[in-house]
Amino acid sequence: MLRFLIARGGGAVVVLLAKSFVIFLLIGLMPGDPVDLLMNANPDARPEDVEHLRAIYGVDQPVIERYARWLGSALHGDFGYSRGQHRPVLEIVLPALGNTILLTGTAFVLSTLIAVALGTVAGIRRGTPLDRAINLFAYAGISLPSFWLGLLLIYLFAVHLGWLPAGGMPRPGQAQPAWAYLVMPVLTLVIVEVGGLARYTRSAVLDVLGQDHVRTAHAKGLAPMRVALRHVLRNALVPVVTVIALGVGHLFSGALLVEVVFAYRGMGRLTLEAIMGNDYNLALVCLLFTTIMIVIGSMLADIAYAWLDPRIGLEGRTRR
Amino acid sequence: MNMPPPATVWQLRWRRLRADRAAMLGAAALLVLGLGAAGAGVFESWLGVSGVETDLFSRFDPPSAAHWLGTDDAGRDVVARLLRGGGVSLSVGLLGAISASVIGTLIGATAGYVRGWVDAILMRFTDFVIGLPWLPMLIILAALDLTKLGLPAAFVRSGGANFWRIVAIFALLGWTGVARLARAGTLALAEQEFVYAARAQGASPWRILSVHILPNAISPVIVATTLAMGRIVLAESGLSFLGVGIQPPQTSWGGMLNNALDLIGTAPALAIYPGVMILITVVAINFLGDGLQSAFDPGHERR
Repeated sequence: MLRFLIARGGGAVVVLLAKSFVIFLLIGLMPGDPVDLLMNANPDARPEDVEHLRAIYGVDQPVIERYARWLGSALHGDFGYSRGQHRPVLEIVLPALGNTILLTGTAFVLSTLIAVALGTVAGIRRGTPLDRAINLFAYAGISLPSFWLGLLLIYLFAVHLGWLPAGGMPRPGQAQPAWAYLVMPVLTLVIVEVGGLARYTRSAVLDVLGQDHVRTAHAKGLAPMRVALRHVLRNALVPVVTVIALGVGHLFSGALLVEVVFAYRGMGRLTLEAIMGNDYNLALVCLLFTTIMIVIGSMLADIAYAWLDPRIGLEGRTRR
Repeated sequence: MNMPPPATVWQLRWRRLRADRAAMLGAAALLVLGLGAAGAGVFESWLGVSGVETDLFSRFDPPSAAHWLGTDDAGRDVVARLLRGGGVSLSVGLLGAISASVIGTLIGATAGYVRGWVDAILMRFTDFVIGLPWLPMLIILAALDLTKLGLPAAFVRSGGANFWRIVAIFALLGWTGVARLARAGTLALAEQEFVYAARAQGASPWRILSVHILPNAISPVIVATTLAMGRIVLAESGLSFLGVGIQPPQTSWGGMLNNALDLIGTAPALAIYPGVMILITVVAINFLGDGLQSAFDPGHERR
């Protein structure tokens, strides 16, 4: 197990380095550069000042050297300053990271539980009205734009009924309790997330239902509930858990739209603002943290897969 | 006795697809949307309305004989805008999905046929792209300054460039699923006797791939392409909603929703129509995709 973790962790570090380099390259292709932006703010600048500043900022260096310099300071915990907010980038990113983890973590737990339950019921009760109702719900989930669903919820619960705040973050001294700000964003993410996962669970359950050992379990007279839980769900969960773990990172980055609709101060909204505001350092770190979440998710998927399916050894994992 | 000629596999698939009511409903809905988008100009001149020209004397008009769904905050006809937005969404979805599939098929088939280190590198690269944060990547690719890549500034600033940039972004990020399917199909088929026979007869690798392998591996790719189109329509509306997708004066459903977000208290209807259109389009595409899947693979339980 330890060897597996070390090997997998080493691989993840290499992948992360490669990804951070690609992100660095892309940020370099964003409009303007730090010196241009300084110059725009200062009409008195002379051409030799520009050259001087370019040397100070290292903009005249080849990209690989700039990346090495950035990586060197990043490894010392120095991610630079935000151009827009004039604060160290980490000071801005960490609270947003916490907010997004709270939002997507809650949505993740709820949507996983609901989706696995619905998918299992739909698979076992295949062809019944219940199955069709669940299927319809799942279909809506995968076909709805999350931001539009958010808009509808705002109209219903905030504008029309006035029960919940339309968006924003809790502040001390407000009438609404802090959790009220989470209800609609979480609900939106859950509805959208449940669809695909419930469909996947259902098809995994159907795959297992057709296998011999399930027929044997029924034939030897086990209670249907026991067959469903011990023999079907347990086996069906192997591929499902992998998909769930792989989805963690994408849920994290996909929450961006929901965060924007509900003016939620999370990583997604911060990423968008940083990219739109040409805030290079901030955008870089936002993308980097989001990528780290995805890498962690895929590591979890590998571990869960190996742990749930004893046929796949931790060392000799076959490529899917 | 006169026996009818045996049906080809594609005829059988077509029959099964035609018998699938949901798939046919989806196809019909897409056809209507496509025709509506193509006829947007005719529709506008027929009713004398415009989805682009602003008219500050008829802001927020209620539905009438000329403006079937009323006008928006700039006096533009909502139906005309929905039709125009449909054209943009469908063409971005179709072009994006097809180009992504072509890239994915090329990469996957190469990896599966050549194998060895080429396969290893291509699949590592595929994993790499899959592991990028999708939505933030779409946003940053939409925000890149293309002149820094050496493209002429006049082209980059032109209206058409924005549309093609969005299509290209989806092609660049969306090929991974198809690549895996094409690789798996190629790997399995390359071991079949008829492929050995073709190789023994001296067929070139290109001929083996294009004549013997790809036609047999294509059905999951077609299904994946259809379902990818639905996801691209969703993602395009999301990007345009964020203001980084299709830019004005081109109309998009996501852009209309962006506009409606600030007006949700005064004109909630403006937030309803574009979303309903997106929902109908994506459901129709998914119906068609699921129908194709069961038509291609009838032995398998319908998911």
